[in-house]
Amino acid sequence: MSANTATLEAGRIYVSQTRRRAMGVIFLGIAALIWLVFIRGIDPEMTTTMRLYPGGSTVVIEDWVFTTLDALQILAFACAVLGSYQLARGFGKRTGLAVSLIGGMFVFAFLAWAASGGMLNLAGMLRIMFVRSVPLTLGALSGILCERAGVVNIAIEGMMLTAAMIGTIVGSLSTLWVGLLGAVIAGGLLGLVHAVLAIKYRTDQIISGTVINIFAVGITSFVSAKFMQTYPQINDPGIFSPYEIPLLGQIPVLGPVLFRHNIFVYAMIFFVILITFLLFKTRWGLRLRSVGEHPKAADTLGIDVFKTRYMAVILGGMMAGFAGAYFTLGSVGRFDQMMTAGRGFIALAAMIFGNWTPVGAMIAGLLFGFSDSLAANLAVLQVQIPSEFLLMTPYVITMLVLAGVVGRGQMPAADGTPYEKEEL
Amino acid sequence: MTDAEKKAKNAKKSAISVFFEEVSRSSLIVPILAILSGLLLGGILVGLSSESVYSVWSQSPFLAISNGFKAAWESYVTLVTGALGSPSRIIAAIQGGDGLEIRRAFNPIFESLVRSIPYIFGGLAVSLGFRSGLFNIGVEGQIFMGGIFSVWVGYSFTGLPALIHIPFAFVAGALGGALWGFIPGLLKAKTGGHEVINTIMMNYVAFRLTDWLLREPMRREGSTNPLSPIIEESAMLPQFFDEPIRFHFGFFIALAVAALVYWFLFKTKWGFDLRTVGANPHAARYAGMNIVRSTIVAMSLSGALAGMAGANELLGVNHHLSQSFSPGYGFDSIALALLGRNHPLGVVLAALLFGTLRNGATRMQAAAGIPIDIISVMQAIILAFIAAPAIVRTIFRLKEPRKAEAEIHVRGWGGS
Repeated sequence: MSANTATLEAGRIYVSQTRRRAMGVIFLGIAALIWLVFIRGIDPEMTTTMRLYPGGSTVVIEDWVFTTLDALQILAFACAVLGSYQLARGFGKRTGLAVSLIGGMFVFAFLAWAASGGMLNLAGMLRIMFVRSVPLTLGALSGILCERAGVVNIAIEGMMLTAAMIGTIVGSLSTLWVGLLGAVIAGGLLGLVHAVLAIKYRTDQIISGTVINIFAVGITSFVSAKFMQTYPQINDPGIFSPYEIPLLGQIPVLGPVLFRHNIFVYAMIFFVILITFLLFKTRWGLRLRSVGEHPKAADTLGIDVFKTRYMAVILGGMMAGFAGAYFTLGSVGRFDQMMTAGRGFIALAAMIFGNWTPVGAMIAGLLFGFSDSLAANLAVLQVQIPSEFLLMTPYVITMLVLAGVVGRGQMPAADGTPYEKEEL
Repeated sequence: MTDAEKKAKNAKKSAISVFFEEVSRSSLIVPILAILSGLLLGGILVGLSSESVYSVWSQSPFLAISNGFKAAWESYVTLVTGALGSPSRIIAAIQGGDGLEIRRAFNPIFESLVRSIPYIFGGLAVSLGFRSGLFNIGVEGQIFMGGIFSVWVGYSFTGLPALIHIPFAFVAGALGGALWGFIPGLLKAKTGGHEVINTIMMNYVAFRLTDWLLREPMRREGSTNPLSPIIEESAMLPQFFDEPIRFHFGFFIALAVAALVYWFLFKTKWGFDLRTVGANPHAARYAGMNIVRSTIVAMSLSGALAGMAGANELLGVNHHLSQSFSPGYGFDSIALALLGRNHPLGVVLAALLFGTLRNGATRMQAAAGIPIDIISVMQAIILAFIAAPAIVRTIFRLKEPRKAEAEIHVRGWGGS
């Protein structure tokens, strides 16, 4: 071991020391927040009611009623304990787990406080969280496929929007499944455009993504205004109906929340597992990642950098196309102008927040889906906070993550740099 | 072939072939062909979407194709007369001598100028970023922030003379935009967080903020729609003609600001620093330039320019804030800045083109039923061709340029 590595090691320890303390202080701050803001002014007799079935279920479960004050005190105490431990010893490798635990407790404390004296349909919210996270997670997977191979993809939004429209038209003219296929192909074609611009012509990848986004907005609005409003029969594909998984769907609470969805939610979970496996356990994935980390080294080892990148970007486009189909075939059964409404950029955010890993992206997608579902449910809460601020959270959290406040992400090293084969 | 033979061959070339060779090597040819290709593909889209093509397709495909051409041609005629006015109407109006009719006849061309003002500011904002090596994709959000600040100053201060109120509201708008540029600039300089991601996120924060402001604190009294109060008359940018011409003083502010940006970028030490950092940050650091400061300054200035676009639009045209006062000026500005080669003069020319296109397309939508979104498709194509000159050169079989074509390179997410 050289002196150089030793300094590096020392630097790493120093950084982790500072970060550990900062984390500890943040944990304690959350405990203090629960204590000082939530617990103050709470009537000790006040109770919170959480409903545990989302409705439409045959199995009726009792509402979960608890005293708000007790719950908040327990949560604040738990946060304080975790914070002190982090400050004194540190969770080390398990810091991420501790952060999610603290985050979960804070959100629960907030809900308990905000719904005190009233009733909150917890199961309904969780169910909606899964549904809303679908385009975010699938979109993030699209980004992961591209960026792991070294091509930045900010065109997720445009790909989803175009695929949503193509899926609707094809689905209306044939069947839902053909429509889904059409959406995936449309996404793949836009991926091909992105790949040709970015890889062959070495256009700046952000500009080529912008090209696709602008094009998508133009073409979908054009077709929608010109044709879909005059011919409503091409804007009526129907919706994939929910499918209850036998046995699993009968589990109380979890069943209705997790196992009574249409194919998109199951597909999301399937793709997260599949892509994790492909990227990190197969030779194919190793090659794809090597092209994104150090294309020159990969080239030297005989990996075709261009081919790998083309494949990754086209697959990424198809994934975005699948995500786009959710908006129409999986959700409302109709195409509207600009219906993705910036979800593609939240997907980008989920990819960054999830540290370029599929599982991380799904956790981020669920978190952002939750803030979405909470924003839709704010009216039933006793505490008034503007829903717009909740809708801002994904963006703000992403900026904090990027700034290294919540822990620094590890992006692929060659992300965004075009590869140029050296001439012999 | 020896050198002498080559020389002899060159000498024999006719003037025409020399001219074509000069043209095809020129650096202006790519933007021009990009615009033409955009218009051409837009025309194809219009033709393809025309009802008259499909109704006769089964009888005679030839007639159908000619119908498609006719539809595209007619739409473009509507676009041009919609954007620049129709000569016959202008002549008739002047002969008639009726003031209102004359103003109506001249209105299209003034309206095109009005539409190009936010584009001038937006394009300057994006190009100032590019010159400094920063991709400000957040112009749209900065426009909204500029709009919010300027409208707030516009309606909440009463009794100010116009000479104070207008500059006050305008500067407030610039500051609003500058704030929205400053934050990603600071994050980039201090933490390395990539400005592309941060400005995208800031866009959506600005949109949600606008939604909230218009729902609660800034909503017009008694209005059920998300609209802000109308600004005081003293804050409105002066217009030069009576109804219906909306041409206002903002156009001259825009030209002055473009000149100022030119002077700043190319004639001052600060501008030189920004451009050097943009062209080669390593060299700039070696030369002792303060990269942190230059990044923050560049993003703030870029944001300020974008904020002026919002201020100008609301103080000059709309007079109140709404959720949709900008139809994507900020995103169009990216294509526009590249079309103008990131030079203030080029930006002004490209902005005039885009403003004319947008105004003409509005008329085309009303008259010929072609959705205005067609110009987004054209802009995407123009942007693609400008950003990848190699495509244009391949399609049109042009010679390689003498000088390397300026390529925009944003550094990867890693920021190194």
